[in-house]
Amino acid sequence: MGFKHLIRIRDLSAADIERILTTAAACKDIFGREVKKMPTLRGRVMVNLFCEPSTRTRTSFELAGKWMSADVVNIAVPSSSVVKGESLVDTAKTLEALGADIVVIRHPSAGAPALLARAVRAAVINAGDGMHEHPTQALLDMFTIQEAKGTIDGLHVVIVGDILHSRVARSNIWGLRALGARITVVGPPTLMPPGLEQLGVQVRHDLDAVLPEADVVNVLRIQRERQHAALIPSLREYTRLFGLTRERLARLRPDALILHPGPANLGVEIVQDAVDDPRARIHDQVTNGVAVRMAVLYLVTGGRHDAAAA
Amino acid sequence: MRRLLKAGRVIDPAGGVDAVLDVMVTGGVVAEVGQDLSCEAEEVVDCAGKIVAPGLIDLRAQLGEPGRELAETFVSGSRAAAAGGFTAVCVRAPYEQAGDSAGWVSFVRERARQGAVVRIHPIGSVTKGCAGNELVEMDELRAAGAVALYDGDRTISRTGVMRRALEYARMVGVPVMVHCEDADLAGPGVMHEGFHSTVHGLPGIPAAAEEIVVARDLALAELTGARLHIAHVTTAKSVALIRAAKTRAVAVTCDVTPHHLVFTDADVDPADANWKVRPPLRPRADAEALVEGLRDGTIDAVATDHGPHLREDKQVEFDRAPAGMIGLETAVPLLLTRLVAAGRLSLPQVIAAMSWHPARILGLPGGTLAPGAPADIVVIDPDVERVYDPIRGYSHSRNTPLAGQRLAGWPVATMVNGRWVFRDGRVVA
Repeated sequence: MGFKHLIRIRDLSAADIERILTTAAACKDIFGREVKKMPTLRGRVMVNLFCEPSTRTRTSFELAGKWMSADVVNIAVPSSSVVKGESLVDTAKTLEALGADIVVIRHPSAGAPALLARAVRAAVINAGDGMHEHPTQALLDMFTIQEAKGTIDGLHVVIVGDILHSRVARSNIWGLRALGARITVVGPPTLMPPGLEQLGVQVRHDLDAVLPEADVVNVLRIQRERQHAALIPSLREYTRLFGLTRERLARLRPDALILHPGPANLGVEIVQDAVDDPRARIHDQVTNGVAVRMAVLYLVTGGRHDAAAA
Repeated sequence: MRRLLKAGRVIDPAGGVDAVLDVMVTGGVVAEVGQDLSCEAEEVVDCAGKIVAPGLIDLRAQLGEPGRELAETFVSGSRAAAAGGFTAVCVRAPYEQAGDSAGWVSFVRERARQGAVVRIHPIGSVTKGCAGNELVEMDELRAAGAVALYDGDRTISRTGVMRRALEYARMVGVPVMVHCEDADLAGPGVMHEGFHSTVHGLPGIPAAAEEIVVARDLALAELTGARLHIAHVTTAKSVALIRAAKTRAVAVTCDVTPHHLVFTDADVDPADANWKVRPPLRPRADAEALVEGLRDGTIDAVATDHGPHLREDKQVEFDRAPAGMIGLETAVPLLLTRLVAAGRLSLPQVIAAMSWHPARILGLPGGTLAPGAPADIVVIDPDVERVYDPIRGYSHSRNTPLAGQRLAGWPVATMVNGRWVFRDGRVVA
């Protein structure tokens, strides 16, 4: 299997995901080495096109590219550049004319990476688009779960928070479902999009009742703006109902895992004690993110060789 | 000049006609419809195997002028209309503009006179600047020639203003056309709120955003006794509300677009903003209720909502693209292929919804082949089948998701006021 782009987890089969995770495990082996460098992408140009602020995802992609010897260029395009008259498709064609082989794109509009993939020959990797998907985040979450638990099949994964606005939740739902996990999402009804049941997901509002049944709790970030949009009364009440507090840590099974895609609002959706808890894998997630992104870079470029040879 | 359209399947919903007949046109009017008309004619057109119907009337289109002439002009848009079988198009001010003065109405009439090949009827706005606060000078607009008043997709949010608009319009005798959408509920939505908006991660517009305003405006029509026309109905509940109001004899009419009848939210491709329309495409059950509404007469008419946009404006992120698709050239083949051929609507039902009913709703000439009526006629060949290529169309714009689709049942000739404007698949005027 090779694939040209990585736009959404929805497109991937269980076998596709397993392939990426297996490749990521091999990539992670080099982390222990003194010289973290593979020649795989030597001579290739990888552009990080970030139209939305991001530090950790961009850095993670940048390191993944560098450790694989790609020439990495970072471009921060404020979305206001649209006002200046240059469209996303124009920008992408310019990058292509400059020799980009891989474009990693983060964009506030859902569908932007798919639009880009149709406009250019370069491989396009979605680094998060609007409320749509964040495929590499879901892959690194799955990698982290599999690393700790051995398998994902049959696990009960609880995703807590702002599901409505979360691309992380959507990608996780597709991927975890494909690998056989049972998923429960928890949050206020105002932060739940419609049709979740059709995705095979259980919707709950009572975190305390759900926590003791969880193998994994993935805590999502809550944004302050949600209060102003009348989606939640206050962050305080949000924490009271959905925060991973010390009291709730006690309800969590000893072998459960705590994940958070970061950056965390400490004291709001998660407390410091939860981050420091031995069950938390939040720092592993960051490390695994590089491995997973290396695997994706390897596979999208490998897929292109296959396609060219065929 | 006498023209004889020989032996076509003549469908004239006004007279309940659906039979193989001849149509004689003298000068600019229909002279006679009957079997084996034998009087002499300068031109005899063999219409065997074809459909001969009243020229189609589009209740609502934007034609780019003024300001977006690259996307469409009265010339290009009217040629697209002629090619689509339309003999009259009601034109609203394009995009964010407001047709709130007699100047707009005069502009439309003047530009139409200078180069439009079909009849163009101006639609004015209801409120100044379409801001929903102050009424336009309705009588002046009517006197200048406005056939309806419409604030575009800016629903009048103040219920009191809407009530006054209806009351005043009733006195003036001009129908008020409304786009029903609660702006606060619709929020930043760009597609129907449901399973597919969740999957695509696009902000949704719930069906209730439309239904709330439909219910409100029906109540206001009932309160004021004014003529209300609800534009582009899209949900099953809206249809039910209108059906119930009609049984109470509320003076309401409504229309639906071809795209809302045929497509659903499952068709929306977030990487192709040609799928972005307002109101948004709804789920299958709603589309089916719209067809049922047309069948049982709850929905009176089909309007294209022809909304031309440049390729560069549409080839952007879905949430940043303008809404709208072109539709004048494809309305007939799309409905014939997807609804009539599929047995879901009859040909006379489609013809009535696109000619006789629109004429009645706005009190326009045409819409019938009755003797003495203007000779506005369309000839449709149900057997012509082709793959639609918008680049080869007459519209300046190409924003339609129908490109590349195989459609059957295209107009082959269009006559306005006794003159051919479209003949053998080409605009000739």
